[in-house]
Amino acid sequence: MQRAGISVARLAASIGLVGLLVAAATARLQAQQAAEPPPPWKQGQAAGIADSNLAPIAPPPLPTAPDKLPLDKLKTKPGFKIEVYTAGVPNARTLRLGDKGTVFVSSRVQDKLYAIVTKDGKREVKVIASGLHRPNGIALHKGTLYIAELYQISKIEKIEDNLDNPPKPTVILGDLPKDEPHGWKYLTVGPDEKLYFQIGVPCNICMPPERHGKIYRVGLDGKGLEVYAYGIRQVVGMDWHPTLKQLYFSENSRDWLSEDVPEDKLNRVTQPGKDNFGYPYCHQGTFTDPEFGWGHSCSEFTKPIALLGPHSAALGLKFYTGNGLGNEYRNVMFLARHGSWNRSVKIGGDVVTIRLNGDGTFRSMEPFITGFIQNNNYVGRPVDVLPMKDGSLLVSDDYNGAVYRVSRTGASVAGK
Amino acid sequence: MILLCAWTLRAWAGSIDERVAPCWSCHGDKGQSYNLEVPSLGAQPSPYVLIQLYLFREKLRRLDVMNGAVKGFTDDDLRTFADTISRLPPPPPTAEATDPARMARGQALVRQYRCNVCHNPDLAGRESVPRIAGQREDFLVKTMREYKANIRPGYDASMGDVLQPIPDADILDLAYFSARQP
Repeated sequence: MQRAGISVARLAASIGLVGLLVAAATARLQAQQAAEPPPPWKQGQAAGIADSNLAPIAPPPLPTAPDKLPLDKLKTKPGFKIEVYTAGVPNARTLRLGDKGTVFVSSRVQDKLYAIVTKDGKREVKVIASGLHRPNGIALHKGTLYIAELYQISKIEKIEDNLDNPPKPTVILGDLPKDEPHGWKYLTVGPDEKLYFQIGVPCNICMPPERHGKIYRVGLDGKGLEVYAYGIRQVVGMDWHPTLKQLYFSENSRDWLSEDVPEDKLNRVTQPGKDNFGYPYCHQGTFTDPEFGWGHSCSEFTKPIALLGPHSAALGLKFYTGNGLGNEYRNVMFLARHGSWNRSVKIGGDVVTIRLNGDGTFRSMEPFITGFIQNNNYVGRPVDVLPMKDGSLLVSDDYNGAVYRVSRTGASVAGK
Repeated sequence: MILLCAWTLRAWAGSIDERVAPCWSCHGDKGQSYNLEVPSLGAQPSPYVLIQLYLFREKLRRLDVMNGAVKGFTDDDLRTFADTISRLPPPPPTAEATDPARMARGQALVRQYRCNVCHNPDLAGRESVPRIAGQREDFLVKTMREYKANIRPGYDASMGDVLQPIPDADILDLAYFSARQP
């Protein structure tokens, strides 16, 4: 990246010998890492915690039976109820809604995409694509399903007319990097009718290769690829502000630095093609990385609009523009926090509401659904949220392979 | 070998003991395999076995014998088999002569590549992480090479990433050390 060159020049010129020593130490450390690289999620781990058992948590491969779902553990606010929308959707990740009411669900450790169809009051889960490689990112636009696998983007046109026998996806953008760490993608369509996706960094903390650590946009035909934002570790959720039309996205911060910092971030792009969010130099907008931050200041970078908790794994987010949950939720952001693994006492495991000021800056955050963590263990892990046409809100859970539905309990409060 | 391992769904209606018996013809009924590149299953954590059986059923992990063996299995079948397999006793470490210098090298590599953090300091595994202590050396070598070559994609990306930079000489020493752990 360009900044690396600038930083070395600045180090040598302004800090002189001390800078050179730091640079030499960094180079030595990097050489050492090159000789004996730890797994990506362990990079940057201090020696003293080498025997810690804080490893990533693999989701069970089989969905939980409907009667074993942790519904009694999940709590929402007074005046709302939570129920099971559909069980048996393995590794349910991203949620998307079709124009004709079909709910599309992606997966990350499976090879399939699913459609949930409601017919005569019954819900049915259909497999609409299989043999895909980590198809986490999906988006719908004018009847076409767009699919972001680890290293390519494809589409299926008129998907809702062909749910029983959908054609194979057609690739529109291929040859993306094949790195597995942070290689899975999130996908959204912008107000400009272009696809937005990210190439995450292939490590926990490192100087990323040229193509990594960025949000890109590309035409619906796969042409005109360009960088939209820089300096991003991994994007895990994106949506567009309903009136400002700016891109908001969640970003998970580096691991193994400490229990309490850095926190995950909520970011906003206000200068397309220019905003740099600081990775790997600056974390959470407030402090420089102990290895890569030397010679930098957080003032060089675009600050997050909110901090979402250390290691909390803030993932899917959506602005709610309906009115079924009540007027106080109009234009409020719902955000799912998958929950931490790199922390002794787990944090997250909930769905929060985030309220913004008129200018799009952060005002407040409060819990909306809690209870996914019980006795420091997961009974479920929320991934994405989806406002429905009837005003309810769906929530996906990749740990149980389920989708939940939250709605108002009584008509008396529905019109409030 | 294929014939020996061939499975019939005739055992469908039998008890779990009857149904799981064909597994032992390749993997060994005491948790220890005597077949080249066929893994010992003893004391493998149930969640790990469940993931592998699932990957075989879904053909996310491809091996004709195993894909055929679990074809048509229900989710409950997979769970029952995983639990039954996990109760086998751990395989004893290989009885072959041990070279102390190579053991020391292997032990250092286990820490260098941090195998011990997920597989536990005694390499007995836990939850979705397999037991590699006492595993067949040839199977360990084969598996690590497959991860490194992206032939075995794995459930999540962890092992493919871990193996990318590990040279083949280190793979051999890691397998040597691990196969000789109780």
